[in-house]
Amino acid sequence: MATAVQTTVETQNYLNNGYDLKSWLLTKDHKRIAVLYLLSITGMFFVGGFFAMLIRLELLTPAGDLVSSDTYNKLFTMHGITMVFFFLIPSVPAVLGNFLVPLMVGAKDLAFPRINLLSWYLYIIGAMFALVSMVMGGVDTGWTFYTPFSTTYSNTHVVGTALGIFITGFSSIFTGLNFIVTIHRMRAPGLTWTRLPLFCWSNYAASLIMVLGTPVIAITILLVALERLFHIGVFNPALGGDPLLFQHLFWFYSHPAVYIMILPGMGVISEIVTCFSRKRVFGYEFVALASIAIAVLGFLVWAHHMFVAGISVYAALVFSLLSYLVAIPSAVKIFNWTATLYKGSIRYDTPMLYAFGFIGLFTIGGLTGVFLASIGVDVHVTDTYFVVAHFHYVMVGGMVLAYMGGLHFWWPKMTGRMYPEGWAKLSALLVFVGFNLTFFPQFILGYMGMPRRYHAYPPEFQVLNVLSTAGASVLALGYVLPMIYFVWSLRYGKLAGPNPWNAVGLEWMTPSPPPTQNFEETPVVTWEAYDYEHQPDEEVPVGH
Amino acid sequence: MALEEHRQHVIATSVYVGIWAVLMVLTGVTVLVSFIELGDWNIVLALTIATIKATLVVLFFMHLYYSSTLTKVTMIAAIFFLFLLLALSMTDYLTRAWLTNPGH
Amino acid sequence: MATSDIEIAEHALQHHFADMDQQKESSTFGMWLFLVTEIMFFGGLFCAYLIYRSTYYPAFVAGSQTMNIWLGATNTAVLICSSLSMALGVRCAQTSKTKMMVVLLLITIVFGFAFLGIKAVEYHEHWTNHQFPGPNFQFEGAEAAGVSPQNIQIYFSLYWAMTGLHALHMVIGIGLVTWIVIAGWRGAYSPDYYSPVENVGLYWHFVDLVWIYLFPLLYLISKKHGG
Repeated sequence: MATAVQTTVETQNYLNNGYDLKSWLLTKDHKRIAVLYLLSITGMFFVGGFFAMLIRLELLTPAGDLVSSDTYNKLFTMHGITMVFFFLIPSVPAVLGNFLVPLMVGAKDLAFPRINLLSWYLYIIGAMFALVSMVMGGVDTGWTFYTPFSTTYSNTHVVGTALGIFITGFSSIFTGLNFIVTIHRMRAPGLTWTRLPLFCWSNYAASLIMVLGTPVIAITILLVALERLFHIGVFNPALGGDPLLFQHLFWFYSHPAVYIMILPGMGVISEIVTCFSRKRVFGYEFVALASIAIAVLGFLVWAHHMFVAGISVYAALVFSLLSYLVAIPSAVKIFNWTATLYKGSIRYDTPMLYAFGFIGLFTIGGLTGVFLASIGVDVHVTDTYFVVAHFHYVMVGGMVLAYMGGLHFWWPKMTGRMYPEGWAKLSALLVFVGFNLTFFPQFILGYMGMPRRYHAYPPEFQVLNVLSTAGASVLALGYVLPMIYFVWSLRYGKLAGPNPWNAVGLEWMTPSPPPTQNFEETPVVTWEAYDYEHQPDEEVPVGH
Repeated sequence: MALEEHRQHVIATSVYVGIWAVLMVLTGVTVLVSFIELGDWNIVLALTIATIKATLVVLFFMHLYYSSTLTKVTMIAAIFFLFLLLALSMTDYLTRAWLTNPGH
Repeated sequence: MATSDIEIAEHALQHHFADMDQQKESSTFGMWLFLVTEIMFFGGLFCAYLIYRSTYYPAFVAGSQTMNIWLGATNTAVLICSSLSMALGVRCAQTSKTKMMVVLLLITIVFGFAFLGIKAVEYHEHWTNHQFPGPNFQFEGAEAAGVSPQNIQIYFSLYWAMTGLHALHMVIGIGLVTWIVIAGWRGAYSPDYYSPVENVGLYWHFVDLVWIYLFPLLYLISKKHGG
């Protein structure tokens, strides 16, 4: 039985290049910074998950009996803030993007390594502000901070939390800035735009949004803080201020933000689907341009979050039409991945299972988004669990599954170890089943009229809520198991060679884990992207 | 290692001073025109002059005229997206009164 | 021992860049992208301004009449002069005139302080007249002008927020130019490595750009001027 032969002498790589704390905390190596991010966002993910657990426990029974309504407001607020700003937005770009973009373009590092490190520190400082505010009593405005409740009437730690988000926003901006300059200016010889991996295209598109959109929420948060501290009145109706102005400015970023979250995930799917069907992606140019189209169109649709808030119906019509348009490039990607699978040589390794899950669940989430873009439907289901289910389908069923798939796919590259495939497949199954059990009932609940952000509900909704909480428990198990086996694999996992998946891509042409400078010599690219036709059939390591 | 060929275009001092002079004159014009009652045209004129000044600063003081296409596209993109923020927000504010005030 | 231009450039080349060209192009492009974020950052305030001015025009007229147009115009001129000295300073870095560069950058700093000084005078005036938004806001003559003092408060909220944010950027700018002066005096720059000077210049010009729009929007709203 053939097993991969590995040398027992530990070669110099980015992980063993200095063990002391200073070499990690003052590193300029993008790969180490990616690992720092991995640890931080995993921590924040479990903080957000903790709040989710409390929410689902409360919703087991119709009465609001676990926590008071004020506390419940804090729970869903902090769940949303933690998950959106401190997990979803950084996840793929800051972990996988930071690690892989320089490798995929054949560079030694990102364009601005010190700014990359600064970006992580800003993330940590922002997270500290938010966590301290949570410990001191939290915030209850909803992650959307609508005024004038957040500026005038809430008695919770709005400014502290908002400041944390403000600071972390700059982390996001610097990451995006770094990616854009790197992809434009540091591609290896021969690596034209049309040979670039789609993962780079997706992160590039997401970076455009980070750079253009994040500053607007930054100024909005600043105005909220000024209004709360100095009572300036820009959003205060008593002074003639318009609460809807806050919503316009808030959603101008926060809608494109969801594309910051999903685009890198889509990039992961492109990499996984091609590798595990041994085929180049169908319609490469269309998938690449679709990423850019999503980024641009994503800026034109924000007021679909405000259909019932009091905007003019004529503006609502404009935004509704534009919202239909933005679904098109996402659909193009789904069609193209499916066409890639057609007549491919499919392998069902764990990353591919997550990719399958993504394609199905993101389709459901995306389609329900189109339902919501229709004003008539939206009037009925807005602020109900239908919306909650929609965005969890795209964010968890889409984004988190893509992140998990990407972690599994590139784990051997990052650590030099394989994870245990059996446990990984089980976890993927638990995530898929648990996720659907949690959130599909919520579509029905929302359609039947159960409002979101309420801790008590009419008794006829209980069965579906119990199913949802049960599903959440299964989902949680699906998240905890990888935590355990990933850590286990660091010591006991099978050693991985440079290219355990026999994939095409520059990152697979360097050792696992890579050396600090990434490549011994700058590679010269002479092949097209996803050139699986010409990839030699190596014996893929067995028994993993 | 001959780096001279790679060096960026150096703009003559006289060009800089000339741009400065135009900017000062335009500032004076803006102030003077603001004393004349032109109704709605006041703001149009003020913003036009401001945009001319801004264009001169961007093109010459900030060297955009001599920069790569990528840099020019970057600047245009920023202005375009700011325009989107302003214009699409205004679709709401300009039309709010229409429902209760048809034909307004 | 004077280091040659080439030695300065070689010393400044960072290891992950192939050559100085790539480093300079990346550095400048990165700075422009940062300015994009600044445009969007101020842009949110301009959006608020646009909406409230179109909704409460008479209140904005009333508010802007308390602005001292001559101080505002002087400040505009001061910034334009500072942009000239900054641009000429960058030019000196490009042409190896280190001493002249330091002088011009110091002049830029002086202009910067002049701007902040004039701004401080204006702020003091508005503050003592209770023209700061909040519970202590007062505005005589509002009823006479037929506008609600509450709406005038919105004008002043935007005035303080926009000019305050601008002034904060000026302070940061002065700090950045100071850094360049010190490094430049120590011979860190040459015609083959001056991108920090250029990038600080870009930032400085951007701050000037914002004021070019703030001045007419806040001070010149109607022909009835104060000051």
